[in-house]
Amino acid sequence: MNRSRKILVAAFIGGIIFGIGLTISKMTHPEVVLDFLQLDDLGLLLVMGGGATVAAIGFQIGTRTGKSAPLTGKKYGLREREFDKDVIIGGVIFGIGWGIAGVCPGPAFASLGIGNYAIVWSIAGMILGAHIHGFIRENRSS
Amino acid sequence: MVIIQIANLVATSFPNGMSHYLIGGILIGGSVVFMYLTTGQIVGASTMLETTVSYYSKLEWFQQEGFVSSRDWRLVFTIGLIVGAAGYTLVSGAAQWMTEVQWWRLLIGGLFIGIGARLGKGCTSGHGICGLASFSPTSLINVIVFLGIAIIVAHLTEIAGVVP
Repeated sequence: MNRSRKILVAAFIGGIIFGIGLTISKMTHPEVVLDFLQLDDLGLLLVMGGGATVAAIGFQIGTRTGKSAPLTGKKYGLREREFDKDVIIGGVIFGIGWGIAGVCPGPAFASLGIGNYAIVWSIAGMILGAHIHGFIRENRSS
Repeated sequence: MVIIQIANLVATSFPNGMSHYLIGGILIGGSVVFMYLTTGQIVGASTMLETTVSYYSKLEWFQQEGFVSSRDWRLVFTIGLIVGAAGYTLVSGAAQWMTEVQWWRLLIGGLFIGIGARLGKGCTSGHGICGLASFSPTSLINVIVFLGIAIIVAHLTEIAGVVP
């Protein structure tokens, strides 16, 4: 199996594990997310906190070896993004959407898997949103 | 006394229990670590929205190298999300479940989420899990902003009588 094929297999396995996690924690249910946002059930904090803690341990292990990933040769690093006003504006827009729908990108797709076909509305909205964002960027640079 | 008060606070904050949230979170973190250690990639679900558009859009923004080179595995990862959720539902014998949140909320919410996640350089997985796990100040600020705004909007929606 060549390298690029192996990366796709890894992504498929990774996606399956992620999808199972979203399903067990019921993040696939907009109602559960809205319950959190209305502060009736703080479970989402355990999902995010639990996920971040495990990820932090993995990132520390990776970066401390100073090595590169076997399938890509990519050096182990951390997720760093430059701070600018887009981080704030984007956060506000994202927060409005999350508060209205109780949906975010990963759970929206996993929700399809549990048979919640109404979520197609959100997926359509997100893809349209990605187009609008691309259009804004294109005009900004020119 | 203090212990009883804490127990009461936990019970009211987590009326549906805690274990399934923690197990789910640990699996999500495990997936991130698996992808990281094998490929060095730090996943975030929303990048896929743009990389997938690069398959058919001719806009220069979507044709950037980073999108085109990662679009295959990001799409496969997303298919994995669906397969994992469907597989777990089948194996656990859970019934099909459908949201009662109204279609226009799902659509309008999705639209804002698509724009906001990409403009803000990440979403609940990219910033919320991976960014925080990287101790990134940018991610912490983004998470505080979207959490605060979403809590306000969800309350306003409830006050406005939009249920579900």
